[in-house]
Amino acid sequence: MTVATLAFYLFACTAIAAGLMTVLARNPVHSVLWLILAFFSCSGLFVLVGAEFVAMLLAIVYVGAVAVLFLFVVMMLDVDFAELRAGMSDYLPVGLLIGLVLLIQLGLVAGQWVFADAAPELRTAVAPIPAEVENTRALGRLIYTDYVLLFQLAGLVLLVAMIGAIVLTLRHKAGIKRQDVLNQIYRERHEAVELKDVKPGQGL
Amino acid sequence: MEDLLREYLPILIFLALAIGLGLVLILAAVVLAVRRPDPEKISAYECGFNAFDDARMKFDVRFYLVSILFIIFDLEVAFLFPWAVAFQDVGLFGFWSMMIFLAVLTIGFAYEWKKGALEWE
Repeated sequence: MTVATLAFYLFACTAIAAGLMTVLARNPVHSVLWLILAFFSCSGLFVLVGAEFVAMLLAIVYVGAVAVLFLFVVMMLDVDFAELRAGMSDYLPVGLLIGLVLLIQLGLVAGQWVFADAAPELRTAVAPIPAEVENTRALGRLIYTDYVLLFQLAGLVLLVAMIGAIVLTLRHKAGIKRQDVLNQIYRERHEAVELKDVKPGQGL
Repeated sequence: MEDLLREYLPILIFLALAIGLGLVLILAAVVLAVRRPDPEKISAYECGFNAFDDARMKFDVRFYLVSILFIIFDLEVAFLFPWAVAFQDVGLFGFWSMMIFLAVLTIGFAYEWKKGALEWE
């Protein structure tokens, strides 16, 4: 058994175990931490199939940003999870039904899975041969030219996310003094200080 | 493929060492450390937090806004990466497609600046 095979089994088992623990952990904060472990293992799996860029993206974007956001939301929710769980038996039948439907659908997909005859040729026609060109460059060649529509749509999705987050969460409190740097710079002496000639023995 | 994985071997070894070291440190703390808590020790020091308490408390929603804006720009940079690597291959079309992408996100950036989402009051 080579090191690569060993590493594959290690990462795959860790990913599955961490995924299970994400669902099973009682404390939601622990769930998020297990999820981060699952992301890391998947990143290792991506490296093993040669998809370096996707692996690094998984580590940077998912572990570095998305998982931290999840942690944030879990901390921010301030929900009593024990209380939530108390009503679980009411929802159990519905949940089981949805799970069953999903399972049947997955089974149908797996059962009906066939490769079209033309599929491998079509794939090799678009994608460069991995031995000739490294992963990041291969992606770069495709995303910005062949898949330009999807790329621009991704940009629009990001724009919508940005505006949506601002519209949903930004509330300016009234009556708060803000710092206006330009205003400070352009302040002249005569606006700020006034000299009064006060006669001795008399007030203003 | 084999060469690629060979380049990643040091990272794998590093990972194993890091996990091993982490386990050793935690287990050493469990085995060796002296634990004799008394009420005075575990009470909060002056105005600090309680030592053993529910960590969950309400954050200001603006922290969430800052982090989600960070993720969006993080993704934008992630898109820039393969573009920069394959810059010589994508040609003029690829260049302008990226410029449009950046322009779209700059609209969002201008909006968020104007709205004052980057300011902390």
